[in-house]
Amino acid sequence: MTSLLNPHRPPVFCPGCGHERVVQALDQALTRMNLAGHQVAIVSDIGCSGLFDTFFNTHAFHGLHGRALTYATGLKLARPELTVIVTMGDGGLGIGGAHVLSACRRNVDLTLLVLNNFNYGMTGGQCSATTPSEARVGSGFLNRLEPPLDIAAVAAAAGAPWVRRVSGYDAQLAEAMAAAIAYEGFALLETRAICPGRYTRRNKLTPAAIEADLAALPPVEDLAARNRRAEYGRAYRQEAASLEPDAEPAWIRPQFAPVEAGRQEIVILGSAGQRAVTSGELLCLAGATAGLHASQKNDYPITVMRGHSISEVILTEGEIGYTGIETPTTVMALAAEGVARRSRLFAGLPAGARVIKAADVALPPCPAKIVEVDFGALKIRSADRSLAALAFLAARREVLSLEMLRAAIQLRFAGAACEQSLALVARVAETGGA
Amino acid sequence: MRLTLMEGNEAIGRGAMAAGCTFFAGYPITPATTIYNTMLQLLPPAGGVCLQGEDEIASIGFCLGAAMAGARAMTATSGPGISLYSEQISFAIGSEIPLVIVDVQRLGPSTGSATRGADGDIQFLRWGNSGGLPVIVLAPVDVRDCFELTVHAFNLAETYRCPVFLAANKEVSMTRETLDLDALCLPPVVSRQIAPPDQPYLPFAPGQGRRVPDFVPMGAACLVRQTSSTHGPDGYITTDADQIGAMQHRLSEKLLADVEAFTHFDWHPAPGADTLVIAYGVTARAARSAVVQRNAAGQPTALLVLKTLWPVPEALIARLAGPFRRIVVMEMNLGQYVREIERVLGRRDILFFGQMNGELIKPRQILEVIQS
Ligand code: SF4
Repeated sequence: MTSLLNPHRPPVFCPGCGHERVVQALDQALTRMNLAGHQVAIVSDIGCSGLFDTFFNTHAFHGLHGRALTYATGLKLARPELTVIVTMGDGGLGIGGAHVLSACRRNVDLTLLVLNNFNYGMTGGQCSATTPSEARVGSGFLNRLEPPLDIAAVAAAAGAPWVRRVSGYDAQLAEAMAAAIAYEGFALLETRAICPGRYTRRNKLTPAAIEADLAALPPVEDLAARNRRAEYGRAYRQEAASLEPDAEPAWIRPQFAPVEAGRQEIVILGSAGQRAVTSGELLCLAGATAGLHASQKNDYPITVMRGHSISEVILTEGEIGYTGIETPTTVMALAAEGVARRSRLFAGLPAGARVIKAADVALPPCPAKIVEVDFGALKIRSADRSLAALAFLAARREVLSLEMLRAAIQLRFAGAACEQSLALVARVAETGGA
Repeated sequence: MRLTLMEGNEAIGRGAMAAGCTFFAGYPITPATTIYNTMLQLLPPAGGVCLQGEDEIASIGFCLGAAMAGARAMTATSGPGISLYSEQISFAIGSEIPLVIVDVQRLGPSTGSATRGADGDIQFLRWGNSGGLPVIVLAPVDVRDCFELTVHAFNLAETYRCPVFLAANKEVSMTRETLDLDALCLPPVVSRQIAPPDQPYLPFAPGQGRRVPDFVPMGAACLVRQTSSTHGPDGYITTDADQIGAMQHRLSEKLLADVEAFTHFDWHPAPGADTLVIAYGVTARAARSAVVQRNAAGQPTALLVLKTLWPVPEALIARLAGPFRRIVVMEMNLGQYVREIERVLGRRDILFFGQMNGELIKPRQILEVIQS
């Protein structure tokens, strides 16, 4: 294969810049792997390494600082056949740290080349996440306070299955790159090289010193190899293939006559576990069986399983309009928590409103008509209380009818849950709502 | 009539599927989370990809990468996430990446109230990008709009190669409502125009007489360049002031010059009315209730519900609102879009009511403002 270097845009680095070697090695690796330009996308980060995409005749994606891995991930999952290579400096590594860690854990088939030259070259040689504490850089004393990050060790610890460090002056650089690209999964190759434009103006660093530093570090290849597992995209597609396509939303053709006219505003005041939200939904569905439009808003604490649980339902013949509760026509006071949460509502109730009140719940003074239900005497569990209250209303042909409620239950539940709910409704209906 | 019961967020998800969405990525955040839940349920079994990013920046970044590979992508968040999206939104605008972004607004500022509604991001969506280029923002009023406008949003993103926002609100997104499936009115699905294969491809050069460049997916036989840097038609960095100026002008004009093609609104005239109420989003519902009451009481009042908020449909507003003596605007913020109405009409006497306390503006409050 021929070189993929762009003859019209040769590298423009400072003389002696280590990035130049990485460019050449990357071209050799791609050539050796017989990859054509259109089979490869180079996603470059920001900084001097951010120029990489312009040097190659491949697909090119250059975006924001630290985010190269995010684009590469989307690109690869949308086009699995594409070879996606990310180039990033030690700057991108720091600012995009969360993405690096997540890419290691996720294991999408990407190659991340970390071009570590121990400082921010483009902006004037400030310290990066990999600057040695003793180095003299453009950030004054700040780098003395933060130890450098060993990104290869971090990547192996974070779950990357293929990790290596290599000197930019290593004769095997292209080979290492080809191995990283060939690996099916997330491969991180850290190259260490010199930035003569900034870093070595004030610090002594030679290829030999880089070799010596690398040799002194604990190896990471085997640690990373323990992370080997199925590539993310492959595993994703496998999981997805076993999923059932989602059913269309269930719908209702109106079949009953509504039992009340005008806008009805129903407020269910319960506590966690009383299924107020489910009953609110049943009420909406019941309304729909009679051709009514319905809306439902719920209110419960962010920490579920305790406290109030409130559902507000509106039923109307025409369009709903305003979805807030203005003048409740029916209030179901099923638990102290719900009543406390809406205590201000009671004094303003119109005399024509009705309140279904559980016998064990106390109410603030209220002008509406109150009907007390002793759920305890009826042996109704707390979890069934809101459904029982609906059944109670239906038995009285208030708000909804028993046919509407049964149809709603059949729409919402299947199997045992459906049977039990219908049985509960039948049991409450026997009382005739008295 | 076929009635189904659906939350606004589910309708957005189902609308996305109807629009041919193939890629979704998001980070859970109340009140947008149920869009992500819906997409996770619908997309993977349909052969698409739904991802949970490590944060909002990653989520929108995944979408940008996928969109450049040809996917029809969507992401969803709330105000705190839009804040984090900002730099990526600028990228999508400047580099012409089609994407649908849902902002289920919640009460701000900052983390604010996760479960309280607001329309506090209306100017932020418009101006939350570096460079200040225009964007498209659509605002749903109800569950049906959530479904239909999502399809429009995809079509617009494809047509104009740009991010398109759906400015939802917790009060629409997390409210369940009956939706008549037979009444849904979905536009035909539109796809981005693909470059002719037999000609050399310049990724940012629109064809003759067009303002939007043709698309080639990354991975196709012809090489594609994408860059967030200021670029010429070839996708390489340019410092040529004429080229740069022409590109910025094109990015602006491709939307501003075409706004009438995608001005969505509801118009409720009332014979003899001298008062007009202008509203958008969930507040339009209270406004409708108030206006119906006024008209029933023999006080004719007209209502304009805007669903395309940005670019501002200036011609429409001038044409419909121009003749009215009194104009009333209300929003769930302290006065954001009213500035645009004032600007377009050149009037400072607009009656405004803004509320930002986590509660819906009530029809009664609107009636009070009208009668004041
Ligand atoms: S500043 Fe450093 S990294 Fe950048 S081109 Fe010059 S030598 Fe290379």
